Amino acid sequence: MKKIFFLFSLITLIVACSSTDGDTTTNDGYDRTILLTHWANNIIIPSYTNYQTKLQTLVADANTFTTTPTEANLLIVRGSWLEAYKAYQYVSPYSFGKAEDIYFKEKNNTYPTSATAINTNITTGTYDFGLISQFNKQGLPALDYVLNGLGETNAEIVAFYTGTNAAKYKKYLTDLVTILKTNNDTVLTDWNGNYKSLYIANNGNSVSSSVNITLNNFLEGFEKDIRAGKVGLPAGKFSTGTRPQDVEGYYKKDVSKILLNTAVKGAQDFFNGKNFNTNATGPGLKEYLDFLKVVRSGKNLSTTINSQFENIVTKNAELSDNFRNQITTDNTKMLTSYDALQLNVSYLKIDMMQALKITVYYVDSDGD
Amino acid sequence: MFQNYFKQYTSAATLAFFRLAFGLMMLLSLIRFASYGWIQKFYIAPQFHFTYYGFEWVKPIGIYTYLIFIICGIAALFVALGYQYKWAILSFFLSFTYIELMDKTTYLNHYYFITIISLVLCFLPANCYFSIDAYKNEKIRFQTIPRWTTDILKVLLAIVYIYAGLAKLNSDWIFEAMPLKIWLPDNTNIPGLNYLMDQNWVHYAFSWFGAIYDLGIVFLMLNKKTRNIGFFLIVVFHLLTRILFPIGVFPYVMIISSLIFFEPSLHKKMLTIIAKFFSTSLILFENGKQKVQRFTPIHRFQLGFLGFFMAFQLLFPFRYLCYPDELFWTEEGYRFSWRVMLMEKSGYAEFTVLDKNNNKSIRVDNSHFLTPFQEKQMAFQPDFILEYAHFLNEYYQKQGFVNPEVYVSSYVALNGRLSQKYIDPTINLAKEYESFKYKTWILPFNDTIKGL
Repeated sequence: MKKIFFLFSLITLIVACSSTDGDTTTNDGYDRTILLTHWANNIIIPSYTNYQTKLQTLVADANTFTTTPTEANLLIVRGSWLEAYKAYQYVSPYSFGKAEDIYFKEKNNTYPTSATAINTNITTGTYDFGLISQFNKQGLPALDYVLNGLGETNAEIVAFYTGTNAAKYKKYLTDLVTILKTNNDTVLTDWNGNYKSLYIANNGNSVSSSVNITLNNFLEGFEKDIRAGKVGLPAGKFSTGTRPQDVEGYYKKDVSKILLNTAVKGAQDFFNGKNFNTNATGPGLKEYLDFLKVVRSGKNLSTTINSQFENIVTKNAELSDNFRNQITTDNTKMLTSYDALQLNVSYLKIDMMQALKITVYYVDSDGD
Repeated sequence: MFQNYFKQYTSAATLAFFRLAFGLMMLLSLIRFASYGWIQKFYIAPQFHFTYYGFEWVKPIGIYTYLIFIICGIAALFVALGYQYKWAILSFFLSFTYIELMDKTTYLNHYYFITIISLVLCFLPANCYFSIDAYKNEKIRFQTIPRWTTDILKVLLAIVYIYAGLAKLNSDWIFEAMPLKIWLPDNTNIPGLNYLMDQNWVHYAFSWFGAIYDLGIVFLMLNKKTRNIGFFLIVVFHLLTRILFPIGVFPYVMIISSLIFFEPSLHKKMLTIIAKFFSTSLILFENGKQKVQRFTPIHRFQLGFLGFFMAFQLLFPFRYLCYPDELFWTEEGYRFSWRVMLMEKSGYAEFTVLDKNNNKSIRVDNSHFLTPFQEKQMAFQPDFILEYAHFLNEYYQKQGFVNPEVYVSSYVALNGRLSQKYIDPTINLAKEYESFKYKTWILPFNDTIKGL
């Protein structure tokens, strides 16, 4: 009997010592390779490809407008700008890899844009869009200004492209759309090159693994860009008063809600693992949570999160398309939307991340 | 009866063995801690440290923090050797406690356990047997010492186990198998074990066995007949926790410490083996001399202090009864109470700093000021949230804010409950102060966890 005790203790001791301290690999049985393959092939790359298509149209329509600056052509290029802006909402959460290297997100959508600085750029004609100081003078918000904000009426705006400084305005518009397309091409080329296989192969669960990076970017996008950027900041959630000047699509005015809803839809689709191009769903966060049978307060966490997404949509439906108006006339509705978004931030960031055991740090914990 | 108890004696080998084992384990733990780069990571790199109430002055001292660890390591070695023991154990107690007080982010019950043990060791004659001190100085060499000097360590171990067991008698642990239900799955790559850890009945079995084990193990160890089976359970239990959770060296510390419950003959055997290794023997220390318990004023004071200290240890963990709402939610009275592995808690805290007069505002990016580990700990502990809010208040005053107001939007999830709002977002935390009083700005839990 004594010998058995000793033998057992010895075996346990060996097993215990062989699991190294610094490595807390979890093996939850969920196939991360299939997950990453689905994310790359059916969500991320199609989103970037779609954005590329929209940017191609935008470049072409901007070209038509600069060649023939008419009100009709202005309306066309505005239309393709909005389409591109919507397409951007789908790629924004995946700003890692090459996108992170080239400051893709900052160059595409830093707002409020600086009208005065853009005017200076147009006048001098010298600027380097690669500089950090130029983030708020380029991208979709800068296009918002040069297509919607130069004058009160369409005629007034077109006048800038036909007046004495027309060449300078045309050049700036062309440069803005060109750099957007160049940046997106860089990222997409990288994904279609070897980044995709690297991304899929990095299927572990360390801090630098693909699942971890994707989730962190997705959450940051939902928390900072959607909840705070599109709703919280302009609604004065982080300031002493409201800040209608901070809304997305400030000059076009009636697109803020469209952009918000598109971004929320994109987030929910990603959560559910929905293909970008079809209605089919594949592996994703919902499936992952269900696979782990994650129940919180008696309900599947994935159900709770999806119903909160629906709740957000309901609350957003109450809002005017024009957030500048909404904030100045009835900001409480903005705050209601914000609260709905906030609740899903905590479900995703606390409950989901806890359930998926995405480890932040390795350190001893209490035992007995 | 009391007088009689203090006239009972036991072999000095037990306490000497404990001293040697404790010193070596501490030395190895410190080396391990340093080798992981944790001194830099936890004490030097962070620009802000979470302090203990009343010990705000205990802070890392930049690069010299390494010096504290070196002193602590050398002291541990000297304790093991029994060389200049009184000074060594006092230095160890002070340096180790200083290290633990520097930042409560790294708080562990086991660190507190070590602090307590080393404090009590300052009063015990652990160097009168198998030590360099006793080897050199015949006057302090004794074969037997008062029995209470080893019993007191057993009582401290018993408190840890039994209080940990009592704390497990709550509805989350017993009826929901929480948080083990969250923790046990997926924590190991060992086939078979992996499958078992996914099973619901295993979660309950572990919870129930854990509670019974904690409550009963001391009694198994006290009884000579059940001691072997008790020790076997200790080894299995702690190694299992070692496999399943990242709990560092503590399983080994607890296994080795529990050897103190055995008869002195075992300790003598072990010391003999060690002595042989150094080509010496225990004969020198088996001198038949008894360290008689004296009752001079200074000895009375020592005994009185230790008596008071033990009473404090017994009562302090129950201080949570003085606070309303759920202990696990507010954590008021949670630390220093042997509540281990009871909660899976995580949170999210977003701070806004406002200067209303000058219309200035900022949404704080926590990663600017805190390490990921600090941010994680801060997000679900009210005293951390408050201290951080005051730090932000001072920081933004320096940035030109006048009378900054600090608000937090925070959510916390506890033991499988969906996350919910934690701190009242309308409260200006800059105007709230740390105290032992109930923190009224913690929002209600809206649920009950029954039990101790």
